[in-house]
Amino acid sequence: MPELPPVHLLINDVAITVDQGTTVASAILIVGIPMRLSVTGEPRGPLCGMGICFECRATIDGAQHQRSCQVLCAEGMEVRTS
Amino acid sequence: MTERFDILVVGAGPAGIAAALTAAAAGKRVGLVDDNPAAGGQIWRSGAAQSTTARNWLGRLAASSVTRLQGWRIVDSPSRGLLLAEGNRTCRNLGYEQLILATGARERFLPFPGWTLPNVMGAGGLDAMVRGGLPIAGKRVVVAGTGPLLLAVAAHLARRGAKIVAICEQAPLRRFIPFLASLMGEPAKAMQGIEYARSTFGSRIYTGCWPVAASGQEKLESVTLRRGERQWEERCDYLACGFHLVPNLELPALMGCHIQGGFVVVNHLQQASVPDVFCAGEPTGIGGMELALLEGEIAGLAAARNTDAANRLARRRRRTLGFVRALSAVTELDPRLKELATDATLVCRCEDVPLGKLREHGSWREAKLHTRCGMGPCQGRICGTASEFLFGWDAGSILSSVRPPLFPVRVSSLGHADTLADKGDGLASAGMLASKETE
Repeated sequence: MPELPPVHLLINDVAITVDQGTTVASAILIVGIPMRLSVTGEPRGPLCGMGICFECRATIDGAQHQRSCQVLCAEGMEVRTS
Repeated sequence: MTERFDILVVGAGPAGIAAALTAAAAGKRVGLVDDNPAAGGQIWRSGAAQSTTARNWLGRLAASSVTRLQGWRIVDSPSRGLLLAEGNRTCRNLGYEQLILATGARERFLPFPGWTLPNVMGAGGLDAMVRGGLPIAGKRVVVAGTGPLLLAVAAHLARRGAKIVAICEQAPLRRFIPFLASLMGEPAKAMQGIEYARSTFGSRIYTGCWPVAASGQEKLESVTLRRGERQWEERCDYLACGFHLVPNLELPALMGCHIQGGFVVVNHLQQASVPDVFCAGEPTGIGGMELALLEGEIAGLAAARNTDAANRLARRRRRTLGFVRALSAVTELDPRLKELATDATLVCRCEDVPLGKLREHGSWREAKLHTRCGMGPCQGRICGTASEFLFGWDAGSILSSVRPPLFPVRVSSLGHADTLADKGDGLASAGMLASKETE
């Protein structure tokens, strides 16, 4: 496969560079922060990796509650965890 | 505006791809709609070092006339012959004459103290993260649960440089190794994988063993494992824990398909109990990729009215059904797994409902009404499955609470609400979720 250029994005205003094909969930894990706080304030990360559990939801380019495991990183993307 | 297809296939894993290609080859106008960014389902996930079989089918799909709709999830079936799909920005109406449901399966998760800590994931869950770009080299990983997926995941993560600390299979695995190999889709390849796993992990494979607790401050730091009377702690960065697979039945249930014993009932041509609706792959019985491909082809042929060819393939399918039953027996859960969660352990991760609160109730419905269990964004997909095992609550009653929208939707999607309105309480439920999701 030809070498594809890396992708640059912001996660909570922190710049990160990842390979093409990286999911937003994996990128958030690379940064090492929780995806969200639960309704009682527990930090949470992804569980199922396939869009079922909704633990990985994040705000992606202004759209809230996106399941970050189902979205690929794109150049210039802005991601916020809650 | 409604896009119309002769045959619409939901789910682009092996069953859905086979169904779509078979129907398209018969000259039908076929749509293939799927929630994920790329076709292939969980087993042929993009980024994988893909098998020849996967490359072959995905290549054929790319070269076919099938209209591929990736990144769209079905949220409602507003009227006969119509589905509503939501994407990341908008909605679309998908019309069909024949519908083929190939919705696949998910992992079964069971609660134990600490299972909500970050970096405790499913076995397939961690694998998906790694295939999605998470570096795993040098990380310490415990793989646990049950089913053939565990060894496959461990082998894949090890190839990527992970240090596999332990593989814990709740069932007595060793006597099933050759048998499991034959079930994993490509027997020769599966056998290679298992031999690789055995030679690589050797004594780190524990059978009759499971995690009893996960510990850590902000994220996972260690796992306590138990095997018989012995209990010990392993330091690790990730726990990949899944208890085999359960089918995704929400859409078949919404369509009114008859479901028995946890699976969609189909006839020899993969026809469900509802006219013009077919079902193929894991929702009709967990049987792996080869069976899913076969069922997909049968459904595609039958939906395209090529009944003779479908019948010929159906005879081949019948010979494989023994394996489905046997796999189900192999992965049967040890009843002691019901005792892992304490009263304080959360069962519903969306609404943070602990086991102790659920114990007070006699049914899924009662528990939902009193505790909000199963009423968060996942709509009980995780805690409903766990509750079935923990309390013996009837799967049928859990599915009977399925109503549109199947997933939380955006408020703007309710612009399609003519579609949701005729379902009575459906609109109310949609509105509630939408407002909750936009808090």
